[in-house]
Amino acid sequence: MGMDATKKKNRTPFFAQPAVQTLLASLFCVLFGLVLGFIVLLIIQPGTNPETGDLYAWEAILAIVKNFFKFSNHASRVKNFGNTLVKTAPLLMCSLSVLFAYKVGLFNIGAAGQYVVGAGASLYLALGLQLPWYVCLLAAAVAGAVWGAISGVLKAYRHVNEVISCIMLNWIGLYAVNSLLALVKDPASPYTLKIKENAASSVLPSLGLTKLFPGNKYVSLAIPLAILFAVLVWVVLSKTKFGYELKATGLNKNAAKYCGMREKRNIILTMAIAGALAGIGAGMLYLTGYEEWSCTQASVPNMGFNGIAAAFLGGLHPIGSIFSAFFIQHITSGGAYVDKTMYCSQISDFISAVIIYSCGFVLFIKQNAQRIRNRRIERSLQLTKGGETA
Amino acid sequence: MENRYAIEMLNITKRFPGIVANDNITLQLRKGEIHALLGENGAGKSTLMSVLFGLYQPEEGIIKKDGKEVTIKDPNDANALGIGMVHQHFKLVECFSVLDNIIMGVEPTSKLGFLKKKEAREKVLQLSERYGLQVDPDAIVEDITVGMQQRTEILKMLYRDNEILIFDEPTAVLTPQEIDDLMQIMRNLAAEGKSILFISHKLKEIMAVSDRCTVLRKGKCIGTVETKDTTEAELSSMMVGRNVEFHVHKEDCPVGDVILDIEHMTVASKVHKNNAVRDVSLKVRGGEIVCIAGIDGNGQTEFVYGLTGLEPLVSGKITFDGKDITRMPIRARNAMGMSHIPEDRHKHGLVLDYSLEDNIVLQRYWEPEFTHSGFLRRKNIRSYAERLIDQYDIRSSQGPLTNTRSMSGGNQQKAIVAREIDKEPKLLIAVQPTRGLDVGAIEYIHKQIVAQRNAGKAVLLVSLEMDEVLDVSDRILVMYEGEIVGELDPKKTTAEELGLYMAGAKRDSRKEL
Repeated sequence: MGMDATKKKNRTPFFAQPAVQTLLASLFCVLFGLVLGFIVLLIIQPGTNPETGDLYAWEAILAIVKNFFKFSNHASRVKNFGNTLVKTAPLLMCSLSVLFAYKVGLFNIGAAGQYVVGAGASLYLALGLQLPWYVCLLAAAVAGAVWGAISGVLKAYRHVNEVISCIMLNWIGLYAVNSLLALVKDPASPYTLKIKENAASSVLPSLGLTKLFPGNKYVSLAIPLAILFAVLVWVVLSKTKFGYELKATGLNKNAAKYCGMREKRNIILTMAIAGALAGIGAGMLYLTGYEEWSCTQASVPNMGFNGIAAAFLGGLHPIGSIFSAFFIQHITSGGAYVDKTMYCSQISDFISAVIIYSCGFVLFIKQNAQRIRNRRIERSLQLTKGGETA
Repeated sequence: MENRYAIEMLNITKRFPGIVANDNITLQLRKGEIHALLGENGAGKSTLMSVLFGLYQPEEGIIKKDGKEVTIKDPNDANALGIGMVHQHFKLVECFSVLDNIIMGVEPTSKLGFLKKKEAREKVLQLSERYGLQVDPDAIVEDITVGMQQRTEILKMLYRDNEILIFDEPTAVLTPQEIDDLMQIMRNLAAEGKSILFISHKLKEIMAVSDRCTVLRKGKCIGTVETKDTTEAELSSMMVGRNVEFHVHKEDCPVGDVILDIEHMTVASKVHKNNAVRDVSLKVRGGEIVCIAGIDGNGQTEFVYGLTGLEPLVSGKITFDGKDITRMPIRARNAMGMSHIPEDRHKHGLVLDYSLEDNIVLQRYWEPEFTHSGFLRRKNIRSYAERLIDQYDIRSSQGPLTNTRSMSGGNQQKAIVAREIDKEPKLLIAVQPTRGLDVGAIEYIHKQIVAQRNAGKAVLLVSLEMDEVLDVSDRILVMYEGEIVGELDPKKTTAEELGLYMAGAKRDSRKEL
C-alpha cells in the first residue's frame, strides 16, 4: 500500500496524460480520415494527371487539405480564410451544444434541429419584422432552447430517449421553418430574401473585422463571440457549482438525487442550454448574410451533425472544439476546390464526410490505446511483484 | 483410491498487483459431496471461483477433473467440463419465461432453425420432478419469487448436464422457509451424484448441509475439515483467525429527546402492486441506536427511501427535529441535519467518476464555504477533503484527486461515512454500512456509529447481519413484509428469538412502538 502511494506520486508520464492522449487520438483520426479519403478517391479515379504527373487522387486530397492556401495571392487567401471562419463559428456552437449535453450524459443529436429553429427564428425576426441583430440572435437562442427543452422534459418526466425525440424534432423543425420562412421568401427563387439588402439593422456588426479580412463582407462579431462561448462553456462546466451539479447528474443520476440535486430540472436545463447554443449558431451564420435559407430543402442542414464530429474530435473539451470545428470546416470548404472535371460535383461533400466520419472515432481510439497501455502496465507490475514474493 | 474427486484445484496461486489473492490453495471436491467454502469478504473465494471458471489464469497450481489435469481458459471451457454456477445475483432475462431462460444458449432446434420447445419443456419438467425443483415453466421471471428464480438457475445447470454445481452465497436473498427448501434440494442433488460447492459465510447453514468445509483466510487455505467433527466455534475461529467473537464496546448512554417520529408510514413498491412498507410507526431518540432488522427485501430499502425523500410516501407523517418533513425536498432534509449512509454505495453514495474530493463535498458543495457566487472554491474543497482523508484514514493512491472508482470498497465506504458523519448530523441513517467490508473496516465503522450515539445523535441502523443487529443496537425493531412485527431489547433477546421474528414466525400484537 505504502509503496504504491509513493510510486503514484511521481509525475504521470507524458503519454499517460489525458490531454496528450486525446490530442494524439484526434490527430490519428484526422490522418486516418485523410488516408481513407485518398483511397476512395484513388478507387474512383486511379489515373494520373498528364500535365503535372501527379495522381488525380493526390491532387484532390491536397486541394481539400489546402483549402484557402491553394490561392497563390495573399488577398484571396485572406478572404477565403475569412469565409472558412464565418462557417466555423456556427459549427463551433453546434459542437459546444453536443458537448455540453454529452457532459451531462445526454446525446444531443438534436443540435441539427435546434440549429434549424434558430435559423427560422432569427431570419423571420430579421426579414419579417426588421428587428435589430441582437434581438434576432436572442430569438435564435430562445427557439433553440425551447426545442431542446422539449426533449429534456420528455426525457426527465417520461423517460423518452433523447435521441429518438431529438431526431423527430429535427424533422418537425425543418418543415415548420420551411413554412415560416416561405413568408419572407424571394418570390423569384426558393431562397429567403437577402438580409443585407432587406434588413440592414439585423446584420451582425463586423466589429472592424472586415479590415483584418479585406474583401470579405461576412466576417463579423460571430467569430469572437463563438470563441467566447467556448470559454464560457469551459468555465461553467469546470469551475462552477452549476457545472458540478450537471456533471454529477450525468455521471450518476441516483447519486445526484440522493444528495438533493434536482436531477430532473438539471436534465431539462441542460437540453435547453444545449439547444440555445445550437440556435445561436444558426443566428451566427444566417445573420451575416453568407447564406440564405432554401425554403424547399428536404434535409436537415449538416451543421448540427458535423457538430457531433467536431465535439468528439475536440476530445469533448470546449477549447479543443475551437480547433476541431475549424479543422472540420477547413476540410469541408476545401472540398469545394476538388477538380470537378475528374470527379463528380458531390465528391467534395463525400470526401469531407469520410474524414468527418472517422473523426468520430476519437473516443474509441483513446479508450483502446488506454486499455492496451493499462494491460502492459499490469503485466509489468505482475512480473516485478511476482519476483519480489518468490 | 477410495475417494475419487470430481474436481481438484491443487496449489493454486493467483496474484494481483500488490496482493496475493490466492496463496497456494488446494480445494478437492469429492463426487457426490456438498463441500462448503467458508471465508470472510476478501478472503479469496471469488478469485478462486474465477480461476475455476477460467476468468483468471493462476500463476501456479493445476486443476484436475476426474483425476486428469485440465486447462480452463474461459467460461466455455468450464461449461464443457460440466461446471455450473448459481451466482449471488441471478443471471436471468427478466422478461423471458422460465423455460426460455433455462434453454437459452443451448436451445434445441430443428434443422431449419426453428425452436423445439416441446422437447425442452419435457426435459425441464422431468428434471424439476426428479430433484424436487418446483417451477412454472411458462411464468415470466420478473413475476416469480426469488426462490423460484433460484430454482430456475439450478435447472439451468441441470439442463446443461452439469456435474459440478457451485452455489455462491445462495441463501443471502432467501426467506428461512426458502432456505430450508434449498438445503433439501442440495441434499437431493448430492444424493443423485452431483458434486456441490457451497460458498457461504453463514456457519449454521454450513453445519446443516455440508459434508466437508474448506476455510480461506486472507488468501490462504486454513484447512479442510469434516463438518461432523467440527463446531461452529471452531469454524469461526478458523475463518477470523482469533477465538474472540467480535463485540462492539459500548457504554450506557443517556437517552435524549425524540429526534425522529414516524407515524403510519406507507410506501409503494416498485416491483409489485402491494405496498412495500405498510403503516410503520417508530420513534428514534437522541443517544440511541435503533436498528431495523430483517431479511433482505422486507421493505427496509423502501422504508429508507421514504424517510430520506428518495421516494414519495403513499401516506403517513414524518416529524424530524420537531418539524414536519413529509413533503420536504431531499436537500432541505439534509440541511436540517439528516445524514444518510446509503445501502448501495455505487448507486447512491458516490459519483464514481468524480475525484475523491468532489465526492467528499457531495453533501456540502453548495454551502458558502465551498461555493462563492456560483463558483466552486477549489482551495477550500481541497483542504476540507485533506482533513477528512487524514482524520478518517481514507486510503487512496492520489489523495483528494484520486478517481473514486479506483479505490477499494472499504475506503469508498469510509469516504461516505466520513462525509455523512462530519456533517454533524442530528440523525444518522446507516443502511447496511458494513456490507462487503473486511473485519478491520467493520470494526472502524461500528466505532464511528457508536461515537455518534455517544455524542447524543439519533442513529437509525438498517442491517441484515444478525451479529451487527445484536452487537451495535440499543433497540431492535424487526421488519417483516413491510411491517414492524416486534421490538426487542438486544441485551435480553437471543439470536434464535430474533430469527423467529425475522422469519415472520413470531410477532407482537401491539403496533405503536
